[in-house]
Amino acid sequence: MDVKAIAVSKVEGLGEKVLGYINGLGDFTNFTMKTVFWTFKPPYRVHLLFDQMVFMGNKSVFIIFLTSGFTGAVFAMQIYLGMKAINADSFIGPIVTIALSKELAPVLSGLVVAGRCGAAMAAQIGSMKVTEQIDALEVMGINSYQYLAVPRILGAMLSLPLLSGIFLLIGYGGSWLVGVKVLQIDEILYTQKISDFMRLGMVAEGLIKAAVFGYLIGIIGTYHGFNVTGGAEGVGKGTNMAVVWGMITVLVVDFFLTSFLAKIL
Amino acid sequence: MSEKYSVEFKGLVKKFGESTILDNLTFGIHRGKITTVLGFSGAGKTTLMKHIMGLVQPTEGDVIVLDTVINKLGELELREFRRNFGMVFQYAALFDFLTSYENVAFPLREFTDMNEQEIYDKVMGLLASVGISEVAAKRLPSELSGGMRKRVGLARGLALDPHIMLYDEPTSGLDPITTHTVYDLMRDTHRRNEHRGFTSIIISHDIHATLKYSDYIVFMEKGRVVEHLDVETFKKSENPVIRQFLEL
Repeated sequence: MDVKAIAVSKVEGLGEKVLGYINGLGDFTNFTMKTVFWTFKPPYRVHLLFDQMVFMGNKSVFIIFLTSGFTGAVFAMQIYLGMKAINADSFIGPIVTIALSKELAPVLSGLVVAGRCGAAMAAQIGSMKVTEQIDALEVMGINSYQYLAVPRILGAMLSLPLLSGIFLLIGYGGSWLVGVKVLQIDEILYTQKISDFMRLGMVAEGLIKAAVFGYLIGIIGTYHGFNVTGGAEGVGKGTNMAVVWGMITVLVVDFFLTSFLAKIL
Repeated sequence: MSEKYSVEFKGLVKKFGESTILDNLTFGIHRGKITTVLGFSGAGKTTLMKHIMGLVQPTEGDVIVLDTVINKLGELELREFRRNFGMVFQYAALFDFLTSYENVAFPLREFTDMNEQEIYDKVMGLLASVGISEVAAKRLPSELSGGMRKRVGLARGLALDPHIMLYDEPTSGLDPITTHTVYDLMRDTHRRNEHRGFTSIIISHDIHATLKYSDYIVFMEKGRVVEHLDVETFKKSENPVIRQFLEL
């Protein structure tokens, strides 16, 4: 094969990949538009939304409990080690609490939900697709996006701020335990510094982020479920993609959201 | 409403890219009869069925179901219209998170104002008519045999009293005895509802069951209808492809 042919084949391969990504983006946008459209169309199946909130919210509480408690405790310990050197260890409280409310609570809750619920969404919907259960819904005249995707997306969007709130409280508890009980920082000083520096807008920032992450995790999880092809192997691939893209999206969007919210809050 | 046909295809063409899946089909499916669409794999049978339900749009031509040009309906009208259909899928497609009872109750809860007692009476009646016991009604699909899943699928398909019942390879994966039990059930269901113009359309490979249970046979090959005949005439067909199928 001559050099020209090799170059042409490389360019063709690259072109195919680019077109594939553009097509995928188009599919994803189309899917997002459909779910938005069907969110506002009756019938409103509130019981399905509650079922999803119980699955994503209630059943994630224990994992959030563990993650947040230890995150708060470890973060307090690390900050203490740094701050002690400049005699500023009384600032542990506000630093940990601000970090938790603005960043750690929404991002780590998002990662937990992306791993646990994004995978479940893709696996449930994907296995329904390969066993024709989605076709069965459509034949009955039920829109599968409205029945399967909308409750999961809204469920994630509403559950994640609640989980993030729990993360913040338990994380604060963990840091308080380490700061006050283990490292012997004066309790009044600890809480006083928090109230000096904390603003309601910081909590709001975290909750807004959590809601956006929930929405994105829901969209990505359900999209990969609906796009499963083949059998069990396809379901596995879809589940894997949902988790990977869910987590990446949380981290990337966090950067842009932080920049945006810093200007308006 | 057309007295003769429940479903009519007029110049139906379906292409996916360059390949033609359905090639200029014009024929009707008789109202109140059992019609089986027969043919080799890749003949276009399933695509034809999807056109009947409006799950795919024709490239050319029209599909008329119960006097409605189904390919001209909007999304919401189409969803409403699909309540005229019941369908039994190849592997039943029962919702795996619901029990047999809940599967059959599902369309009633979604589309009717029936109270729980009325739903219970109707569901248990339907399950009894397909030979599903009260114990099996409480089981999840994963706890049922293939034949039982098909029966529950049939009961679910009948829940909204459809005008047209579609069966996609209803006996695929079943042993010969269960195959005939399922076919008997399909025929009994048809006879019970025949008085209201109930039409059964079966997609199948099974020539022997087709000859025994159908009123009409549509034989497809490479996206075309080779023959559309009543069973007795079909048996005498001299078409070499059909002879090949008959002599299996």
